[in-house]
Amino acid sequence: MTRVMAQLAMVMNLDKCIGCHTCSVTCKQAWTNRAGTEYVWFNNVETRPGQGYPRTYEDQDKWKGGWELNRRGRLQLKAGGRLKKLLTIFANPLMPSIGDYYEPWTYDYDRLFSAPVTEDTPVARPRSLITGEPTKIKWSANWDDDLAGAPELAPADPVLRKVSDQVKLEFERAFMFYLPRICEHCLNPSCVASCPSGAMYKRSEDGIVLVDQDRCRGWRMCVTGCPYKKVYFNHRTGKAEKCTFCYPRVEVGIPTVCSETCVGRLRYIGLILYDADRVAEAASTPDEKALYEAQKSVMLDPRDPEVIAAARASGIPEDWLEAAENSPIHKLIFDYGVALPLHPEYRTMPMVWYIPPLSPVVDVLRETGHDGERAGNLFGAIDALRIPIGYLAELFSAGDPEPVRAVLRRLAAMRSYMRGINLAGERDESIPAAVGLEGDQIEEMYRLLAIAPYGERYVIPKAHAEQGARLEELATGCSLDYEGGPGMGGPFGEASGPPAPVAVENFHALKERQATDDLGRADELRGRVNLLNWDGKGTPDGLFPKRKDKS
Amino acid sequence: MNALDVTLWVVAPYVALTVFVLGHIWRYRYDKFGWTTRSSQMYESRLLRIGSPLFHFGILVVLLGHIGGLVIPKNWTEAAGVSEHAYHLTAVVLGTVAGVCTVAGLAILVYRRRTVGPVFTATTRNDKLMYALLALTIALGLAATVVANVLGGGYDYRTTISPWFRSVFYLQPEGHLMAAAPILFKLHALSAMVLFAVWPFTRLVHMLTAPVGYLTRPYIVYRSRDDRAGSRPPRRGWEPAGRP
Repeated sequence: MTRVMAQLAMVMNLDKCIGCHTCSVTCKQAWTNRAGTEYVWFNNVETRPGQGYPRTYEDQDKWKGGWELNRRGRLQLKAGGRLKKLLTIFANPLMPSIGDYYEPWTYDYDRLFSAPVTEDTPVARPRSLITGEPTKIKWSANWDDDLAGAPELAPADPVLRKVSDQVKLEFERAFMFYLPRICEHCLNPSCVASCPSGAMYKRSEDGIVLVDQDRCRGWRMCVTGCPYKKVYFNHRTGKAEKCTFCYPRVEVGIPTVCSETCVGRLRYIGLILYDADRVAEAASTPDEKALYEAQKSVMLDPRDPEVIAAARASGIPEDWLEAAENSPIHKLIFDYGVALPLHPEYRTMPMVWYIPPLSPVVDVLRETGHDGERAGNLFGAIDALRIPIGYLAELFSAGDPEPVRAVLRRLAAMRSYMRGINLAGERDESIPAAVGLEGDQIEEMYRLLAIAPYGERYVIPKAHAEQGARLEELATGCSLDYEGGPGMGGPFGEASGPPAPVAVENFHALKERQATDDLGRADELRGRVNLLNWDGKGTPDGLFPKRKDKS
Repeated sequence: MNALDVTLWVVAPYVALTVFVLGHIWRYRYDKFGWTTRSSQMYESRLLRIGSPLFHFGILVVLLGHIGGLVIPKNWTEAAGVSEHAYHLTAVVLGTVAGVCTVAGLAILVYRRRTVGPVFTATTRNDKLMYALLALTIALGLAATVVANVLGGGYDYRTTISPWFRSVFYLQPEGHLMAAAPILFKLHALSAMVLFAVWPFTRLVHMLTAPVGYLTRPYIVYRSRDDRAGSRPPRRGWEPAGRP
């Protein structure tokens, strides 16, 4: 019997990313706005081609992240086995320094107020947050944003270096797109395998990879082990930290902060069911180019009765099975076949997938005066253009252009098929047929990619109350077992009954505040005041005790 | 044996041991989050790459040497056919090499800590005290070995210091043995006792969680939300209802 496990996964549609960094900023506000994590961005947005963050992290000849196959064809950590890890524990030779990320800084804002009256306007000079000394800003998390400095910087892009022997880089014909990145929450996480203390783990309920802060001893091997360099070292606390997939939010059924705030609405979250016993076997596939298909083969069809029975036997609850069935992730990977993993050749089985951008192709067509919406033109361009396709293939399919080409052809087909419907009212069924889809499927795919509402983009089952007796919210010892959610009074009137989880309460309070004209209304809090959401305006009910009338 | 000797060689060892053991238990229970190496490799790795392995491997050999010299009785090694001369030669040569490595590594690390801005800023008072004690203990130990064996005619600590060390653990402390030892050995032992007493309250705790389990555990660790104890286990009388 297969051992079925559930995994929360994400897909990002790169065509819709405008590079606004809202995801990065809101994530930073939520998770890494503390001392010691100044340089840390659990979510960052890179401009490609570009060096990325930390610089050239994809150059695994240098950083040795991820897995490789040894001579006997078995998986081993690229940075070395267990013994080698322990022998290099005193000075990890493969750890990026702060300079590889960037030296975080602040400004001498106080100078603006405290400077004496002079002819010249006082300036706030940058100061390093590492040394506290005045510093010169030389690099940052997105220094090469929008191809800034690309003629000098982009040639060092490890992905571009792989394809550059095919085609000489011509910057007047440069292409560009944005790549938002979070932790991949891999099925075969090399950071977890690298942790000497066993402090990193994969949650068996939802597959989120976390660091146990009480067990981490700061050996720093996870930073080396992760090929995406998405585990960071908090230099103040001496502990590793990483993207948490916003577990306190997803446990109550709301999406991660980066997804919630995404301006382009390009992120999708849903469940994937997979066969846990076959992960290592699939990750050991000898041919790197076959790893994409191998990873797909590990994932199970949530509508297959046999899979459902096995999942039940493995203890996956019914509402999770239902969520898996409606998962937008499964649809994008399998039904429409448009999502691809990032760097499958690292053999970690990443679970944040991407829909590669068609826009570089459309841009080239438009610049050469062709109709960038016509199926024939697009198909021809996809077959002919080697630079963008080669580059995308190095990112998403270990250099094999065919999967990328197939995805782009489907996106192109959707583009021209939907244009036919919208402008001419005609359905050219030859277009979907050319990419192996039905017209209805194309329309469904269009709906999911373009206009799907919140509830279809994020299908996140709540963590179970009966499992969650010890959820983080419950560190205080209350019960998560509540019905109807916030706003429901208990059996003895308002404010009776168990309290709602803080994350739910914050979420609803915030929504209320965004939607209401009144200031500081807090009816739904049953007489209590949520100070986390009080913006200082007005006096919400319950902030002060009611005055006793003297009359 | 006067009162001072009793205090130093009978009372002090037990005080140091008690603080060492109870201190670790207390720290493990109440400050797991602070239980870390507090690595500064992020800030600087060029000097660290030389200094840190030199120091750590050196001190590990020194530790093995201490176990060999203090814990294993002389008559055991003699029964195994190791002559006094052979033992002495190995101990002095190996001890000096390891000692020099340790001191050189420590010197590089202290120099780095003082001169590299970010590393110095990240150094707490606790760290400074720890470094002072550690350096003092190592320097005294190396000095005792060099003075007694290289400059002097040799001192057989295995007939005095080692029996005293073991007697402390047999709970029949023989303080008079230590009272008769040369002054450098006495000072070394004293500074070591102070070091052991502050040990649980410094970053040295990382030694006790050396990750040897990594060699045998499976690569991928799965943990369930359920069996995670959480940051605070439910207190007595507050267990959630409806659970078996």
